[in-house]
Amino acid sequence: MTFRFDNVYIRDVATVVGPYESKGPLSKKFDQSYDDMYFDCDSFEKAEVKILFDSINILLNKVKKDKSDIDLFISGDLQNQITASSYVARNLKLPFLGIYSACATNVEGLIIGSNFLENHLVDNVLVSVSSHNMVSEKQFRNPTEYGAPKPKTATFTATGGASCLLTNKSGKVKITAGTIGKVVDYNQTNPLDMGSVMAPAAADVLNTHLNDLDRDITDYDLILTGDLGIIGKNILIDFMKSEYGIDIENIYNDCGVMLYDLEKQKDVLAGGSGPVCSALVVYSDIIKKLEKKELKRVLYIATGALFNPTSVFQKENILGIAHAISLESI
Amino acid sequence: MYIFLIFTNNIIGENMEKKLYDKLVLEHAPKEKRLENAVIAFLIGGVMGVIGELLVEFYGYYLHISRSDASVFMIITLIFLASLFTALGFFDKWVKFAKCGLIIPITGFAHSMTSAAIEYKREGFVTGLGANMFKLAGTVILYGVVSAYIFGLIRLIIGGI
Repeated sequence: MTFRFDNVYIRDVATVVGPYESKGPLSKKFDQSYDDMYFDCDSFEKAEVKILFDSINILLNKVKKDKSDIDLFISGDLQNQITASSYVARNLKLPFLGIYSACATNVEGLIIGSNFLENHLVDNVLVSVSSHNMVSEKQFRNPTEYGAPKPKTATFTATGGASCLLTNKSGKVKITAGTIGKVVDYNQTNPLDMGSVMAPAAADVLNTHLNDLDRDITDYDLILTGDLGIIGKNILIDFMKSEYGIDIENIYNDCGVMLYDLEKQKDVLAGGSGPVCSALVVYSDIIKKLEKKELKRVLYIATGALFNPTSVFQKENILGIAHAISLESI
Repeated sequence: MYIFLIFTNNIIGENMEKKLYDKLVLEHAPKEKRLENAVIAFLIGGVMGVIGELLVEFYGYYLHISRSDASVFMIITLIFLASLFTALGFFDKWVKFAKCGLIIPITGFAHSMTSAAIEYKREGFVTGLGANMFKLAGTVILYGVVSAYIFGLIRLIIGGI
């Protein structure tokens, strides 16, 4: 299912990151960074609320708007029942839609917001997303201080908050299309190998997007996936070739691989993950390149793995989801 | 029939068969350094044994206590040190390097309890710390007791007392 948009522009974006991300290759491009995982709060959960709220405040300052100018706030995160977003929404006092598609949440939010704008229902939509490494570790894995060894296929949940203001007033970067993906199940059960779970979902949505818009892979300057990691990235390249006969190798990259220096930052193993991972890379780097017209058209596919600790322990399959949007410089 | 169709549709992906995809995943699976990990775990585990033995000798010699009493003192010392280092925040880095060399000895048991206690402290003393401290260690205790009972029984039946 693909929508075309004619009236949706990215006004501005803001990113706030933790210590691991600020040591990565994109370090100078983030708006704000912290050296400690607590960010002066007394729990990791509160820390996540803080960075998400920080990113919104920075964004509102950048565009010189008050929060009362925003019509709708859409946000999601990885905390149980997306509480980080809810606490931020309490402080903002704005109409709020809480959303969840695991690490594909950001694009889900952008598609929902774009539809509101395209239909002239609202004028300004704030789309936010956050994740915190320690919160996810605690929720999905072992205690954070336990430091249990992980296989090389595991990805590292990025810490950060990212916000984007969508508007119907003409700007430099436009959202021209959005594809809502289907849930795919390839019988994957290993929670420490998310790349394999999500690669088929990304392939499916990429193929659907190209077919629906009758476009070719060469119509894009860059194709980005959210957080497949280095192993998932290679699986997707092979999968696209064997399944759909499309060679994406030369114009494709993965945000999980771009966010960290995989050679120097060994802790991240296969690369970054989490809803904020793709948002950090796209907002800090790709959007700026689109504004400068270094890139003309980019397909941004956010990928998510749908599961919870209970479903994994009950030996249920881990499901994959992906959503895509096409970004163009004007 | 309809339910069956939905079921199979969900299990098998769009076009590629599940087994073919498993093969693709396997081709891309990175090689873990199993031998290197095993050697590190063996050496560090061995060093832990030597430290334990030195502690037993030390307590036996200076406190003039029996070997079994000295063993208890040694265990308490190792548990205390592992818990302290976990609380100070660097034991998890050692575990990442030494892996089973530090997880299997009594230090790993203490570490699993302290790390869980630190993690859930914010959720209160009863609902947080109390309810979650044995999250990892509980399994070890339960199956330790059960297997000790079973093997004790086997020994009684086969070997007399």
